[in-house]
Amino acid sequence: MSSSLVTAVAGIDPPLQEQPELSVSSAVKSITGLVNGFFEWFGSLGIFLWQVLRATVTPPYEWRELIRQLDEVGSKSLPLVALAGSAVGVIISLEARYSLSRFGAKSMFPATLVYTVIQVMGPIITGLVVSGRVGAGIGAELASMKVTEQIDAIEASAINPYRLLSATRILACILMLPLLTIAADACGLLTGWFAQAMVEPLSFHQFIASGFKGATFNAFLPPTFKTAVYGLIIGLIACFQGMRTHGGAEGVGRAATNSVVLGSLFLILADVVLVKFILVVFP
Amino acid sequence: MKQGKVKKDGSAPFVAVENLRKSFGSHTVLNGISLSVGRGETLAVLGRSGTGKSVLLRLIIGLEKPDSGSICIHGRNIAGLALDQMGEIRKKMGFLFQHAALYDSLTVAENVAFPLVHHRAEMSRSERTNRVRELLAEVGMEGDLDKMPSDISGGMQKRVGLARALALEPEILLLDEPTAGLDPISSGEIDDLILKLQRERRMASIVVTHDLHSARTIANRLALLDQGNVVIKGKYEDLDQSKIEFVKEFLKLS
Repeated sequence: MSSSLVTAVAGIDPPLQEQPELSVSSAVKSITGLVNGFFEWFGSLGIFLWQVLRATVTPPYEWRELIRQLDEVGSKSLPLVALAGSAVGVIISLEARYSLSRFGAKSMFPATLVYTVIQVMGPIITGLVVSGRVGAGIGAELASMKVTEQIDAIEASAINPYRLLSATRILACILMLPLLTIAADACGLLTGWFAQAMVEPLSFHQFIASGFKGATFNAFLPPTFKTAVYGLIIGLIACFQGMRTHGGAEGVGRAATNSVVLGSLFLILADVVLVKFILVVFP
Repeated sequence: MKQGKVKKDGSAPFVAVENLRKSFGSHTVLNGISLSVGRGETLAVLGRSGTGKSVLLRLIIGLEKPDSGSICIHGRNIAGLALDQMGEIRKKMGFLFQHAALYDSLTVAENVAFPLVHHRAEMSRSERTNRVRELLAEVGMEGDLDKMPSDISGGMQKRVGLARALALEPEILLLDEPTAGLDPISSGEIDDLILKLQRERRMASIVVTHDLHSARTIANRLALLDQGNVVIKGKYEDLDQSKIEFVKEFLKLS
């Protein structure tokens, strides 16, 4: 997207030279520029995705770098994701207890917590947390490599930078997001149960039995594995923003910010589509 | 396929550029230049800042695509080749970037080993380690294997960049401003290093520089660019005897 649209979404003041003049013709130019920028951005993203796909399926494969990225994306995000999941579990527990009590439906608490955490909050919170941590990290790292010609040096050494840098990071995000979501869900359920048990006696066994009563795999697996799509979005946007950076330190900062903002935005929009898709395909 | 012109000794040039044009938007950087370099030769490309010298090297290594013209490497025109077709060509070339472009998350030794890890998979770890030590010893950096790029000076980074560029035994060496930003003593050391490597390896080299003294030291031939055109090319004596105003001005002020 043109930088004006992005900075508007991200809430960042544009650089001074981008300040628009105030006139009808400049307004028309701005709108035309926005539209052109919108299509240019998506077109470039499509070309980038195609280059990454081709690089992913043709040897030689970068296994060592992929394993390193699995650690970077997965292991190092785990503490933050677990903490976020735990906090969400407590919040839902407190809110659900209050709401259900008002309607005389306290017995529904375990199922409410389980379904809310696993189907809704666990995936989206994990996605947003990882988008912030990993998206910014990848965007800044690749942007820094771009402005210091390190990516050019990789290409000049007859190594495909799309394969070495982008494909590995995107694959790592796709593979790790569902696992991190499971971790977030587990922490959320545990802390949610604990918050409830502090107020009313409820054994963990009772909580699990009641919460998962009548549940099928269709209720929980699709919402968990949809996060693989989140991983694709986070990795793709971050790598794309990083590898097309220009403009020195300012460009690196912009790439990091755009990676997080656009990654989070597209993740939420994708969730709307995915939720509907899951409800239709897995009724 | 367009072939490079055959030289007087009957050999084809390793690198032959013909009628090369490149523009960025409305700004024409290269306006139909033609150059060639053979085995064991060093061509210095001189000119003012912003005259397209670095762009020429980026076109030869394939980091940019020309608007028109040909770039022949061993007689093969690479001007229209895609990224995955350039691999075998690039393995024959070594490129030293202006600021060395070392991978800042890797040590000095890991930087030099990088091309070997990816392209010499048949080498054992110990063979690779020995090869890295040899390369760093050639450039006088054998005592700094475990240092990070941020821990060494600009001149030392260039030496490591040069060692990395030589890792795959290239036939063609491209050097972008090898002495830029260095003090006179360090510049002299880099020049001596390039001369030594050239004597030993007999690569076809193209050095982009605005340092006339360095160019005279290391190059067999020089080419002077101005506004996207080759104003003059030949030995230093040809430039010195030229009546062209720009050439006289450039030599006087260098």
